Amino acid sequence: MRTTASSLKVAAALVLATLVTAGCERPPIDEVQSGYRGTAMVQVYNPRVLAEQATHNVVPAALPAAAEGGPLAGTIYQNVQVLGGLSIGEFTRTMTAITAWVVPKDAAAAEAGCNYCHVGANFADDSKYTKVVARKMLQMTQKINADWKPHVQATGVTCYTCHRGKPVPEYVWFKDVDNTAAGGLGNRAGQNRSTAAINGASLPSDPFTPFLLGAEPIRFTGATALPTGNRKSIKQAEWTFSLMTHMSQGLGVNCTYCHNSRAFNDWSQSPPQRTTAWYGIRMARSLNNDYMVPLTDVFPAHRKGALGDVAKLNCSTCHQGAYKPLYGASMLKDYVTALAAPIPPPAVAPPAEAVPAEGEAAPAPAAPAVTSSMSDAQVSKRQPG
Amino acid sequence: MAMLSFERKYRVRGGTLLGGDLFDFWVGPFYVGFFGVTTAFFAALGTALIIYGASLGPTWNIWQINIAPPDLSYGLGIAPLAQGGLWQIITVCALGSFVSWALREVEICRKLGMGYHVPFAFGFAILAYFTLVVVRPVLLGAWGHGFPYGILSHLDWVSNTGYQYLHFHYNPAHMLAITFFFATTLALSLHGSLILSATNPRKGEPVKTAEHENTLFRDIIGYSIGALGIHRLGLFLALSAVFWSAVCIVISGPFWTHGWPEWWSWWLNLPIWG
Repeated sequence: MRTTASSLKVAAALVLATLVTAGCERPPIDEVQSGYRGTAMVQVYNPRVLAEQATHNVVPAALPAAAEGGPLAGTIYQNVQVLGGLSIGEFTRTMTAITAWVVPKDAAAAEAGCNYCHVGANFADDSKYTKVVARKMLQMTQKINADWKPHVQATGVTCYTCHRGKPVPEYVWFKDVDNTAAGGLGNRAGQNRSTAAINGASLPSDPFTPFLLGAEPIRFTGATALPTGNRKSIKQAEWTFSLMTHMSQGLGVNCTYCHNSRAFNDWSQSPPQRTTAWYGIRMARSLNNDYMVPLTDVFPAHRKGALGDVAKLNCSTCHQGAYKPLYGASMLKDYVTALAAPIPPPAVAPPAEAVPAEGEAAPAPAAPAVTSSMSDAQVSKRQPG
Repeated sequence: MAMLSFERKYRVRGGTLLGGDLFDFWVGPFYVGFFGVTTAFFAALGTALIIYGASLGPTWNIWQINIAPPDLSYGLGIAPLAQGGLWQIITVCALGSFVSWALREVEICRKLGMGYHVPFAFGFAILAYFTLVVVRPVLLGAWGHGFPYGILSHLDWVSNTGYQYLHFHYNPAHMLAITFFFATTLALSLHGSLILSATNPRKGEPVKTAEHENTLFRDIIGYSIGALGIHRLGLFLALSAVFWSAVCIVISGPFWTHGWPEWWSWWLNLPIWG
C-alpha cells in the first residue's frame, strides 16, 4: 500500500507539474538584435522550436543540368503554351522537377507522377484541371520572378516555395463563411473566431479578403499627433492589426521586425524589411486577383472554400513561418531558364502529327483538347503561352 | 530644529541592523544609520553617472536623455562605459540605493517597534525592478535586455518589448497585474472618498465615525470590510499588482517566445467547445 500511495503522489506531482508548465517554454532562448541597444528591436526565438522548423525547410537537391542544345519543346510537342521555348532537355528536366515538387508521393497509380496533370494517353490533353492550374501557376511563377523582384529579390520562387511536395500548398486561405455580420447584437464585426493564421487572437479572423484580395486602406494612423480630421476608427485598426498579426505569424517574426512600435507608421523609423513587406502585400493581392481568382471555375468543388471561392495565397503560403521562405535559399538559381521570366514561344509551330510528350499513345489532335467539362469562359481565361 | 510631537517616540536608540551606534544619529529630522550612508553613496554616485552619461549623449533635453544597456553581443559580460557599461554601473547603484533604503526602513520599524509592512511593500517594488534589469536579462543571457534609463526611451522599450509578443494584453500575468492595478485604484478611491466625506461633514455636523463608514458600504454593497481590513486589502491589491507585473515580464521571453494570443490555444483546444 505504501508503494501505491507514493506512486500516486508521484503521479499527482507529475500531473501538477505538467499543468503548471503547460504552454511554457524555457531558457536558453536565442535573440537577434536589429535596432540600437536598449530599444528592444529584438527577435526572440526558441532554438528548439527553430530546430524542429528547420526540418520543414530543407531544400531538395537540384536535378542535374539538362544537356545543351536540342530542339525547342514547343517545336516537338503539341500544346506547350508556357514552356515551349525551352530546349527539349530543359523542358523534360523542369517537368520532372515539378512532379517532385507538387505531386503527392502516395498518389494512386492513375494520379501518380505525370498522370497527376496529364492524361496518360495524350500529354497534350488539357482535360485534367490540374494541368490547366499548373500552366497558370507556371505563368505566375515566371511573373513573380520577373516583375516582383522588390519582394523576392534575386532569390526568386519556384513551385516548391509554396508546394513543398504537396499538390495544394499547406497554407492557403478561403473567405470566412461568417464574415458578413448580422445586425445588432449578432454583429461580431468579423471578430472572435480565432484562427492559427492570426495567432489565435480575437481580432477579425479574415483580414485577407479586404487587404489581400480587395485593396482597402491598411494605414489608419493620422498624419498628425493630434486628431485633425482622421476618421479611421479603432475597429478599422483591428483589421490592420489582424493582417499584421498574420504577417508576423507567417514569417515567424514579431512586430519589431518591420516596425519601431514607438511610431508604427513612420517609414523613417522603420527597419528596411518593412519596404520588402510593403511590396509583399501588393504582390499577394496582385497574384490573388490575376492568377488565383481567374482559376475559380477551373477547380472542382472539393478544392474550393465553403463560399465557392478559390484557394488564395497570403504571406504564410510561401514563408511558412520563416522570415525568408526556405531561410533565403534560392532554388530558382537552378531553374532560371524555365522559371525566371516568361519564355518567348518558338517561331516554328510543332508538326501537325506531333510526337506526344512521352508515352506511346495516339498522336495528339491538332488543336488543344477542350473537354466538355470546361466552359468557353474558362477557356477564354487561359492565356496563350 | 524643533522636534515634531511624534519624533519623541521615533528618536530612540538601537534597532540598527549594521553599524551599532556608529551611524545611529539624526541629521536635522532625518535618521541616518549605516543604510542611510549607503543610500546616499549609491544615489549620489548613480545620479552623477547618469549626468555623465547624458553629457556623452546628443542632448540635454530632459525627456530625451537616454542611458541605454549594452548591445546583446556583450551577453552577460561587462561593456565599455560608453557602450552600456554606464548602464551596468548605474543599475548596481540603483539596486544598492533601493535595497539600502528598504533596510533603513527596517531599522526605523525596529526603533518604532512596529511591523515590517512598509519595507515589505517597498521590497515588492525593488523586486519588480530587479526582475526587469537582472532576472530577465540573466535568463535571456544578455544585460542588453534591461530597459534603458530615459523618460521617453524606457517607454519605447516597453512598447517594443510588448510587441515582441504581438499583443501583450493576451499575457495572462499581465491581465492579472492590470486587474490588480485597477482594483487598487478603485479601492483607494472608494476608501479615500469615504474618509474625506466622514471627516469633512457639512457645517454644524460632527465628524463621522467608523459606524457611519461601515453603514455606508453595508447600504451600498451589503458589506463593509472595516477600518483595518481596507488597509490589509489595499496592501494585498497593490502588492499583487506589482508581483504579477514582475511575473508578466519575466515569462515574456524566457518562458514564452511566441505571440501571447497563441498561448491561449490550450483554452481554445479544450474538448468542451461545440
